[in-house]
Amino acid sequence: MKISNDLVVGMYQKMLKIRKFETKAMNLFAEGKIPGFVHLYLGEEAVATGACANLNDDDYITSTHRGHGHIIAKGGDLKYMMAELFGKETGYCKGKGGSMHIADATKGILGANGIVGAGHNIAVGAGLAAQYRGSQQVCVCFFGDGSTNQSTFHEGLNLASIWKLPVVFVCENNGYGISLSQEKHQNITDISMRAVSYNIPGVTVDGNDVFAVYEAVNEAVSRARKGQGPTLIECKTYRHRGHFEGDPTTYRSTEEVEQWKKKDPIPRIEKYMVDNKVLRDDEIKALHDEIEKQVEEATKFALDSKDPDVASAVEDVYTDIVEEAR
Amino acid sequence: MRKMTYAQGIKEGMRIKMLENPDVFIFGEDVGQFGGCFGVTAGMYDEFGEKRIRDTPISEGAIIGAAVGSAAAGLRPIAELMFIDFTTVGMDQLVNQAAKMRYMFGGKITLPMVVRLPAGAGVRAAAQHSQSLEAWLTHVPGLKVVYPSSPQDAIGMMMTAIDDDNPVMFIEHKVLYGLTGEVEDEVKPIPFGKANIKKEGNDVTIVTYGKQVYDALKAAETLAKDDIDVEVIDLRSLYPLDKETVFKSIEKTHKVVLVSEETKRGAFTGELAAMIAEECFFECDAPITRVGALNCPIPFSPVLEDYVIPGEKEIVEAVKSLF
Repeated sequence: MKISNDLVVGMYQKMLKIRKFETKAMNLFAEGKIPGFVHLYLGEEAVATGACANLNDDDYITSTHRGHGHIIAKGGDLKYMMAELFGKETGYCKGKGGSMHIADATKGILGANGIVGAGHNIAVGAGLAAQYRGSQQVCVCFFGDGSTNQSTFHEGLNLASIWKLPVVFVCENNGYGISLSQEKHQNITDISMRAVSYNIPGVTVDGNDVFAVYEAVNEAVSRARKGQGPTLIECKTYRHRGHFEGDPTTYRSTEEVEQWKKKDPIPRIEKYMVDNKVLRDDEIKALHDEIEKQVEEATKFALDSKDPDVASAVEDVYTDIVEEAR
Repeated sequence: MRKMTYAQGIKEGMRIKMLENPDVFIFGEDVGQFGGCFGVTAGMYDEFGEKRIRDTPISEGAIIGAAVGSAAAGLRPIAELMFIDFTTVGMDQLVNQAAKMRYMFGGKITLPMVVRLPAGAGVRAAAQHSQSLEAWLTHVPGLKVVYPSSPQDAIGMMMTAIDDDNPVMFIEHKVLYGLTGEVEDEVKPIPFGKANIKKEGNDVTIVTYGKQVYDALKAAETLAKDDIDVEVIDLRSLYPLDKETVFKSIEKTHKVVLVSEETKRGAFTGELAAMIAEECFFECDAPITRVGALNCPIPFSPVLEDYVIPGEKEIVEAVKSLF
């Protein structure tokens, strides 16, 4: 498949944005500036980027607790994201959601999700809405290997397959469900083989190769838009960090981490661009600087933003009822 | 006026809105050609076709999840669970997704979805098909919980539920499906949070909903023979809740009995009792009294089931204990 240089550069920028945003979030968390839990997407950038490069603004995605990368790839604004990580009133969710619940309905982002496996059936619902309206929209459902042992995985894929819904199930197999390695949490190596149970296509790709992800999702999206139903795509990848920031990661070896860092998706696409004369080193450097600046601006925006008014805690529960304040 | 059953009332409410708005559609187990386990959607498959009346596999998580996702994407789904007892299987989608999505996303999304929940005992369906689980649902901010008791209310409240931009848990008592009642020729939506005074009285207030409305009315007749003049309030909507009508009645009667078919421990009536104690204590001249099911699962044997769930007799005894 021929991928245009513009698309290559566009995807590279998205991956870099995720990498720099997450690195900043990691540092801010370490400095004690971000409250709560943070699950970083470092190392998995190629999956969200390659998948979302096939989507339009009005296509849907459902995301996970490790959602920052999906949101950025689908067009989320770094300023509102960072402000939400700080719990500020200018954040995507006015400080009510935090890292695990960032959403932007105007971009078809039906939310990150703190419940592992909850997105499968929500994605089925979004796909159902698209099919019902005959709109040609699709929904990409992102989920991890850990969630494929939840009943929702089976329920979602089953319903999507019998109704031929336009849903692309993108599994980010990073080898661990929290601390439990894949070999300890399921008796298979390739999750894509489960597609057989639903009589739908299932493929496994190198999730650290943005082009491989792009191509697999491209085919699946095109099938979905034609009414040919869902696809299961497994992207083998690895998270550079622990399950959450502060995770001691005693369950995996330094050698394993180092092996995977050699397959880091970002140097790979940089090498491709230089080798194929898509961008020169100095252009790559300029992009690094530019995105670094955007992340710094987003951080400043977040730090300069106000905390939410406490009375807002009881708003937005319903559209038409404001609960009693203290 | 015309006559119809409670089941037909629910259907009529759905039909009216489906004819009005193409975004309204129904799905659930056996709701299509089969017409629903209790026949509520009978004939709708022929009228609206399989796109709008959809049979799902036995997959409650997917049913509620698909309602959440399609509502978030702009449709107005009505999902039927065959029994309220099966919410357990789809509880994450109700509690962590449907109820919280709008809030977690800073109010930037609406979830106009209705979940129909056939509930209650009395049909000899035993422990896993007879429960009254409304308190689980009223406990969760973000859900509206309503419980019509008559064909007229079923139509009007279903219309309101479908028009609501929030997730509405629409609880239906199974014993009421066959109940016939008069319905106005021109039906109107009935707003949530408006209780219905089914019988006025001066001596004691019974607050109830669902099937127990009828048990309370029978008890009121019996008690009238002893010169006890009972007021019966049908809450209709558990959240939002019409506190005003309840408090006004207690200010008049100074005695209150709270009746539901729920297992008494942790029941919604406990919440009502606490609310009255906190906000209306000095109006009461007798203990706030509750009537509910015994604290055991609903048994199968008709003899045992009738013993466990409350009825007219238990209500009469509770009221008399206050005099």
